[in-house]
Amino acid sequence: MGVYWAIAVRSFRRFATYRIATVSGTFTNSVFGFILCGIYLTLWHERPGLGGYDVDDALTFVWLQQGLLMSVGIWGATTTSELGERVRSGEIAVDLYRPTHLLLWWLSVDLGRALFQLLARGGVPLLVGALVFDLKFPSTPMAWLAVAAGVFLAILISFAIRYLVALSGFWITDTRGMEQLALVLATFFSGMVLPLVVFPGWIGQVARATPWAATMQVPIDIWLGRSPGGTGSALLFQLGWIAVLFLFALLVTSVATRKVVIQGG
Amino acid sequence: MSVIELSDVSRAFTVTSRAGLRRTRREVRAVDGMSFTVEPGEVMGYIGPNGAGKSTTIKMLTGILVPSGGSIRVAGVDPSRNRLKLAKRIGVVFGQRTTLWWDLPLKDSFAVLQKMYGVPLARHKENLATFVELLDLGDLLDVPVRQLSLGQRMRGDIAAALLHDPEIVYLDEPTIGLDVISKARLREFLAEINAARRTTIILTTHDLDDIEALCTRVMVIDHGHQIFDGTLDGLKSSQSAPRTLVVDLATSLPPIAVEGATVTKVDGPRQHLTFPPTTSAAPLLAQIAANYPLVDLSVAEPTIESVITQLYAPASS
Repeated sequence: MGVYWAIAVRSFRRFATYRIATVSGTFTNSVFGFILCGIYLTLWHERPGLGGYDVDDALTFVWLQQGLLMSVGIWGATTTSELGERVRSGEIAVDLYRPTHLLLWWLSVDLGRALFQLLARGGVPLLVGALVFDLKFPSTPMAWLAVAAGVFLAILISFAIRYLVALSGFWITDTRGMEQLALVLATFFSGMVLPLVVFPGWIGQVARATPWAATMQVPIDIWLGRSPGGTGSALLFQLGWIAVLFLFALLVTSVATRKVVIQGG
Repeated sequence: MSVIELSDVSRAFTVTSRAGLRRTRREVRAVDGMSFTVEPGEVMGYIGPNGAGKSTTIKMLTGILVPSGGSIRVAGVDPSRNRLKLAKRIGVVFGQRTTLWWDLPLKDSFAVLQKMYGVPLARHKENLATFVELLDLGDLLDVPVRQLSLGQRMRGDIAAALLHDPEIVYLDEPTIGLDVISKARLREFLAEINAARRTTIILTTHDLDDIEALCTRVMVIDHGHQIFDGTLDGLKSSQSAPRTLVVDLATSLPPIAVEGATVTKVDGPRQHLTFPPTTSAAPLLAQIAANYPLVDLSVAEPTIESVITQLYAPASS
């Protein structure tokens, strides 16, 4: 296991070297935070208690969303896009020379990245938001622990989806269509457009049951203490998707490896 | 016991080509009935034109490609069935790619490799110290890989491939793009490692000086077949590549008549003559000196390039 830890540490350090990107990124996140707050303030002024959120919930949602965006990798992450590039170019064969498991290698790389971006790009927007608005924070150590677990599981789910999209390149020559589709689905179903709690009826129910909901809406609800079935069931919901997605990812990895080894690419 | 054994190994690929709506499938044999063995500590040059089947063979030897026929044993195991286990016992270097962490100091890549291959820390330090000295990596350990020159990066990649004491190392074009000094240093290092550790080295290259400097054995392949297997001297003498005599005359003349040689090129007062390797140059010189105003001359031995070009010729025509 030591090797995967070593990989995650190097990946963390690697992203720490991109200082200018980190600073400009947090600035962008903060600007978007203010823009969205303007919209949400209007919306919740017109419809108080929309989706069961009060105004403070809605504003906290905005800043958590901006903080989690990069770390969770809603719109893709450098690591998994590099994987996709390696699959396309055939360079992925080189990865098979290593005595490591392909999925675990890339998971370690992604976790190192996610942790760095959580600290660097998550903290600052939240701090900026908290200075201007009255944001909600978890109040007990247990609540903080639940948030940590929820965010970690969210990163795992997002990784599994991005990994599967990258590996689709083994069968599809041009994966850009697949990436576009993944982007649109992730944007809507994670709650990037609007919190999923505001969608009524079956649309809302479907939206809240997708794996993308588990990457953003669910951990934010855990933070706000507004998980519909309680924090425990929110975490179980995430674990369920992790089981499904990782089993599928393992299957796809082994089929893809066989394809390379047997058919030669 | 041989460290690499191939018996009657073939690898076919299906190539689909499309013309309008019709799809045609064609089978291409990248490697066809290849058999050879390599003994521990051998340095074998593996050469052939592009598309000859070199990388296909290397892929099968490392286990990331299954042969479609025949059997392979590397270090006593079937590579494709024991890919992960075998990965710990072999080292691979691709001249045009890097396994190093691009944005991090070189030493970080080495630290990951120590964990990846489970090398005991003491042994790792010892190896690292040796490579740092032999490859002059001391000042580079703290430099991010992206800032290294091509030659420096290549030295880093070679060290990375050898840190876990592999029994076999596959080097694919290790000197590509390097300057003369870097090439010489790299060859010296590989020779030293081979002598000190009896590491088996399989080297694919287009640079025949690599072969000349390092290899005790050369294998030439073309169209998936072995067309030569033996020593470098054996390769040179196997082909009757003609020798060339260049004479400078006092004045420009029409092609001169010399028995036993033919003029291939006239360049003002300079004339190029070729003659078979079985003929001695001395009587030709006597003839020329007696009949023409000879000023200067030189004899060119066949280059290894011309030998190999000749070797490919019958197979390609």
